[in-house]
Amino acid sequence: MSNILVSPSPHIHSAVSTTSLMRDVVIALCPALLVSILFYGWSELLVIAVSVASCVLIEWAVTKFLMKAPCTISDLSAVVTGVLLAMNLPATTPWWVVFIGALFAIGVVKLTFGGLGQNIFNPAIAGRVFLLISFPTYLTDWTIPNGFIHSTDAVSGSTLLGRYAEGGVEAVAGTDYLQTLFLNIGGSAGEISALALLLGFAYLLVRKVIKPWIPLSIFLTVFVTSGIFYLIDPSTYTDPLFNLLTGGVILGACFMATDYVTSPMTTLGGVIYGVGIGFILMMIRYFGAYPEGMSFAILIMNMFVPLLNRWFHQSKYGRK
Amino acid sequence: MTNTIIWTIAILTLLGVLLALVLFWVARKFRVEEDPRIDEVEKVMPGANCGGCGFAGCRAFAEAAVKAPNLDNNFCPVGGNDTMAKVAAILGYEVSAKAPQVAVVRCNGSCANRPRVNDYDGAPSCKVKAALYSGDTLCPYGCLGCGDCVAACKFGALSLDPESGLPVVDESKCTACGSCVKSCPKGIIELRNAGTTPKNTRRVYVSCMNKDKGGVARKACKAACIGCGKCVKVCKFGAITVENNLSYIDYTKCKACGQCYFECPTGAIHVAGFTPKKVEPKPAAAPAPAAAAPAAKPVAAAAPEPKAMSNNQNKEVGNA
Amino acid sequence: MRKVTFSIGGIHPHDSKLSRDCKIEVLPLPQTMYVSMAQHLGAPATPIVNVGDKVLAGQVIAEPAGFISAYVHSPASGTVKSIAPRADITGRMVPHVEIAVEGDEWVEGVDLSDTLVTDITLDRAQILERIKQCGIVGLGGATFPTHVKLNPAPGSKAECLILNGAECEPYLTSDYRILLEKTREIIVGAAIMQKVLGGCHTVIAIEENKPEAISAVSEALASLPYSDIEVLSMKKRYPQGGEKQLIDAVMKRQVKSGGLPISVGAVVQNVATALAVYEAVQKNKPLVTNTMTITGDCLPVEKQHNYLFRIGMPLSYIAQVAGGVPESAAKIVSGGPMMGKAISNMDAATVKGSSSLLYLSEGSTRRHPASNCIRCGRCSDACPMGLEPFLLNRLNKAGDLEGLEKASVQDCIECGCCLYSCPANIPLLDYIRPAKAQVMGVIRARAAAAKAAQGK
Repeated sequence: MSNILVSPSPHIHSAVSTTSLMRDVVIALCPALLVSILFYGWSELLVIAVSVASCVLIEWAVTKFLMKAPCTISDLSAVVTGVLLAMNLPATTPWWVVFIGALFAIGVVKLTFGGLGQNIFNPAIAGRVFLLISFPTYLTDWTIPNGFIHSTDAVSGSTLLGRYAEGGVEAVAGTDYLQTLFLNIGGSAGEISALALLLGFAYLLVRKVIKPWIPLSIFLTVFVTSGIFYLIDPSTYTDPLFNLLTGGVILGACFMATDYVTSPMTTLGGVIYGVGIGFILMMIRYFGAYPEGMSFAILIMNMFVPLLNRWFHQSKYGRK
Repeated sequence: MTNTIIWTIAILTLLGVLLALVLFWVARKFRVEEDPRIDEVEKVMPGANCGGCGFAGCRAFAEAAVKAPNLDNNFCPVGGNDTMAKVAAILGYEVSAKAPQVAVVRCNGSCANRPRVNDYDGAPSCKVKAALYSGDTLCPYGCLGCGDCVAACKFGALSLDPESGLPVVDESKCTACGSCVKSCPKGIIELRNAGTTPKNTRRVYVSCMNKDKGGVARKACKAACIGCGKCVKVCKFGAITVENNLSYIDYTKCKACGQCYFECPTGAIHVAGFTPKKVEPKPAAAPAPAAAAPAAKPVAAAAPEPKAMSNNQNKEVGNA
Repeated sequence: MRKVTFSIGGIHPHDSKLSRDCKIEVLPLPQTMYVSMAQHLGAPATPIVNVGDKVLAGQVIAEPAGFISAYVHSPASGTVKSIAPRADITGRMVPHVEIAVEGDEWVEGVDLSDTLVTDITLDRAQILERIKQCGIVGLGGATFPTHVKLNPAPGSKAECLILNGAECEPYLTSDYRILLEKTREIIVGAAIMQKVLGGCHTVIAIEENKPEAISAVSEALASLPYSDIEVLSMKKRYPQGGEKQLIDAVMKRQVKSGGLPISVGAVVQNVATALAVYEAVQKNKPLVTNTMTITGDCLPVEKQHNYLFRIGMPLSYIAQVAGGVPESAAKIVSGGPMMGKAISNMDAATVKGSSSLLYLSEGSTRRHPASNCIRCGRCSDACPMGLEPFLLNRLNKAGDLEGLEKASVQDCIECGCCLYSCPANIPLLDYIRPAKAQVMGVIRARAAAAKAAQGK
């Protein structure tokens, strides 16, 4: 018999681990991934596979050869980054562009700061924005490839938000919201089905992986901000429902803004962070040069997280 | 075109001048009057900011040294006498030379000597472990092996020997700053004079802190000091005392003859920097130290490593 | 029935009350017993017997050595063999009185019968004196001398006596068993303490996972002549049994940082303490027995027990009577899995506050290697004091004592929720505990300095 163990209390531990949390996030993303693969076909599958594989490979290589630190790929955080990066890219993105995005996300944004838990910016979003600035043509090419179910001839489409940015409210008039809820053809994997994403969100809530406050405050801010503008001038500004259901709002709010590392710890801090994201998003959509601003909004608010963590603290016992 | 260039240059120049004025004003306004000698003293300090002197860092040391009426309370263990001479020269104070010291680990409870009776499974910190219980061996006085001293050393002079589980001091790097002494919850590490005189490096010390009675101590660790007092009897210089079943060698009195090393039945006494020569009792009464020294020298040159000797020592113990 | 709970943090570990149906059995006396002089919070007691003395069960063998200290009594009759330091469960040397057991002969005046005495004839001062003489200490874990706690400083008034039957620690069932088997005695004990505190409202608080105990207490209350005692059902949540959490749950009041429960009018006593008070006051029986659970996830249910033990029994003896230490036990804990102490020395003897021998398997107890903090905030969500363990850990690494004090490290109750819930397996509490001790030292030194300055 080996020696008995001795340690300070507590002597038991909850079953939740970093790996199990990351696994839950991947599971929650599965419905949306499935829908996007069904509708975008092999090319989408390739993007996802390349993204995940390169994220994991880069993390392994950098930790082993450059940082000489213990390997961290088993915590699955690189997989989550890979999946999220893929969901932010068009299905037609060439594999080498995806690889460069992964290299930037993992190699620069995550590991140069010390790895999981140390990064200031969300790696997947930073990777996506890096690609958007470096390779704008690939990143805004919304050619719809052949999928497994929805077989169309390859058409060069553009996203609803893209159409609005170019042609104003008339260009998106008559959008069927029910359809955008289920299936929103045109856009990246993360934009294709609001319902699939919300299903994943519900899973995360049930599993208590995330708390709902950040996504809810983003949704509410988007709704209220666009509502005010819509009421002022419905001929220039899109309506609140349109803004909630299109683009990366749901993916961003539920899966990217809730990233533990780059979001505030306290509920109040989280709400302010969410309001900031929602507001910046709507400003970019209405007044910015880019049709969609979720990535930028999250990156900008990421910068304020240390400050929010410093300002807002847990309410302590006995201080009532 | 020319116009643009002229304007650009003009505006930039103006801006430069304006900002320079602002900077100048700010620098004047917020200037802190300081004794210039503080800077001078800080310049001759080692700059490690180790805190070994008892001040927060080299700057704090310099400030205190300038303010103090003499250098009695200021001694930089890292820079040693050379640095202190420089500091004294700047400040015009007297300084008394101190003998160079080195950190000595007074525990020989290696895995082989001191069997583990339970497995510690808490945070890897001696402080935590010491607060929890008496340790994973039967010796409640010995090294806990979590490496708080290694973490405390700013000079990389300490490392844990994976085989023995004990910290090892790299004497070429040790500056005797005392950080490790403070970090050790068991008080095992002591700063001792690096040699009997500043020139040589001979050292003899008791590598044990066990205050239990002989039998108990021996049961816990093969290499424990059992307080038998043989070393006290053999010491001609009155350097050794036994208190609470534990022998201690006063390094200011010890002449490093090494006789106690041979006398110790458990190998608790260690020698460093030389190989002692056993002096046969009686016949050659009072052998001239001068005669013994040359004989010892070639041996010392051949095997100057204290480790090799302690291995021999262990063998003797095993046979005994 | 309304169910209450505390307002901040908390966790929901599986309650694993495997030994809940094991009736309390009386352990036979061993040949030798070792009575520790440090069985209570405060100064260790001073032995008043000499080697070779004959002692009877219940005889005082050590006197309190200070205001916060307690009497210690002999658990059996026999001869004092030695008075010497002996290792406790953590291997530290503590003075012990060794008694060679010769029988179970008690001192005169102790009522050993089972008859229930419901009339409380002694007055307040007499009761307090009896509690002190009988060496009663809080049996909920802190072992704070009960007569001190029941005698609040003049000027403070007890508004509510809370009897702690939460037993929120997983595995432990000793409080549950005495609530079932000694229901009336506990209620009489509560009534005694109620009388001492000037007849305040009294609540017996029990978690909802012990419905049998709740109904047993309600039924017994109806049949006993005491007024203003009620039973309260609480939601299952750890650390409900923490003094501050319990006050929050029952009274909806929070004790200020550094304050005592009495500052909000609360006095909290464990149900086992109530039983000891009953035996001391009504039966004149000093505290030499308590109930402990032999349990664990690697112990088959038929080998689990709830034992009535005497103080001074070696743990190894109890383990042996219970059928030996299971092969698969990786860790043996005295107390619950959240706050109990890991035992490194099974030869140590039981003390007044011993509550269990918990055998945990490798799988459930071995810690996993720590990885990076992912800033998920689970530790601060779980902290029942509303602290931010991740921050305390960082401040501690930086050695920032001022920052630690500002972040209220001194309020930490060491419940272990942070470490339990950390997905990165960071040993948060391991590091926070010494940091707290350090800050407490600074606070005490400052208070002492302020007092000295005032004295001038």
